[in-house]
Amino acid sequence: MKKMQLTLTVNGEAHELLAEPRELLIHVLREKLNLTGPHIGCETSHCGACTVDMNGRSVKSCTVFAAQANGAAITTIEGLGSPGALHPLQEAFREHHGLQCGFCTPGMITRAHRLLQENPNPSEEDIRFGMAGNLCRCTGYQNIVKAILAAAAEMNAVKEAAE
Amino acid sequence: MIPAAFEYHRPSDIASALATLREFGDEARVVAGGHSLIPMMKLRMASIGHLIDLQDIADLKGIRIDGNTVRIGAMVTQQELIDDAALTRAAPLLRETALQIADPQVRAVGTIGGNVANGDPGNDMPAVMQCLDATFTLTGPSGTRDVKARDFYEAAYVTARADEEILTAVSFTVSGGGHAYEKQKRKIGDYATAAAAVMLQKDGTACSAASIAMTNLSDVPVWSKAAADALVGTACNPADIGSAVAAALADISPTADNRGPVEFKRHVAGVIIRRAIERAWSRA
Repeated sequence: MKKMQLTLTVNGEAHELLAEPRELLIHVLREKLNLTGPHIGCETSHCGACTVDMNGRSVKSCTVFAAQANGAAITTIEGLGSPGALHPLQEAFREHHGLQCGFCTPGMITRAHRLLQENPNPSEEDIRFGMAGNLCRCTGYQNIVKAILAAAAEMNAVKEAAE
Repeated sequence: MIPAAFEYHRPSDIASALATLREFGDEARVVAGGHSLIPMMKLRMASIGHLIDLQDIADLKGIRIDGNTVRIGAMVTQQELIDDAALTRAAPLLRETALQIADPQVRAVGTIGGNVANGDPGNDMPAVMQCLDATFTLTGPSGTRDVKARDFYEAAYVTARADEEILTAVSFTVSGGGHAYEKQKRKIGDYATAAAAVMLQKDGTACSAASIAMTNLSDVPVWSKAAADALVGTACNPADIGSAVAAALADISPTADNRGPVEFKRHVAGVIIRRAIERAWSRA
């Protein structure tokens, strides 16, 4: 099958690449752009490990063809912080033990990042509802919720101080 | 899981989408949010030679409220339904339903058009559209026609839409009154074990109009006229609601699957229909 020329803006950087129409966004991110933060978990749109931000929405990149994302702006976990300068969500997940094996964590944090933009002051219930598309088999979710609440407070404090 | 190879088309208007659909016939399928179709392609249960992505067609977007008439473009996502304050004022049943569909990521891309056109008995919006007595607009090579939601579903995945047509919009008249969509599911992201959409209007202390439809309790959504008739003219007392539930249960034919045996589904349906009626009445 003929490859298509695609343009994706990923973590602020424009990429031109060739992909078959049947290639899923998760495969293009991981295998063509070497962004292995988004994980392949269930491959059936349930677990959320492959969650990335696409044009301001959280999507499961195992259920989007790269061709559908042509022209889109995408943010992966690699775009949220760096080992020397963690994003407040990454810091809060570490501080509150919001991960054990870490497999779901990139999807969790990428989704939480969008959730906090949709709702900067979520209640515990809002977080549980807003994170319902991401599964974790280690933590029992308690510490993930705590971490997101803490990150929200931290991000709001920083924003307030800046204003 | 990687689907079989296909060619990808992204037309910018309905005319070109229809032309491509016509050119490739059986081999072509349109895709909206893709969260029913893409998993089927990955499992190789659907084989598509030509995928026609509708995302760039502006005419398929947008929610229009004109007096009592609501028109929703087929490519409006579940999240957009949830976020539209004017729509929620006009028809709160849609928001209540959309919030019970799948999970946030799926609602961000899943569309109302895909949900109603797919013909999957597990989809929630078909029963809601039947409850609202909505109309689906189908556009094909010879123009546009309207089909009532109550006449649209023929069997599982078989609808009144012809292969060369695209479902472009849903529309309905706002009736006011009390609403409810009640759904029992095993987990977030699952389809309903049983679900019911109810609209009730109240005149004084009596129910003056009723509409009741159910999800995933037959191979098509079921609108139960008998259930509605059992409530009209009554004060929706427990005995009246009991009659309506019995009438609704007489209209369904659930099948056993991994959500449970038939007896269990009938039991759950009874509980769900009763709750939906009670909640709609409390809001009427």
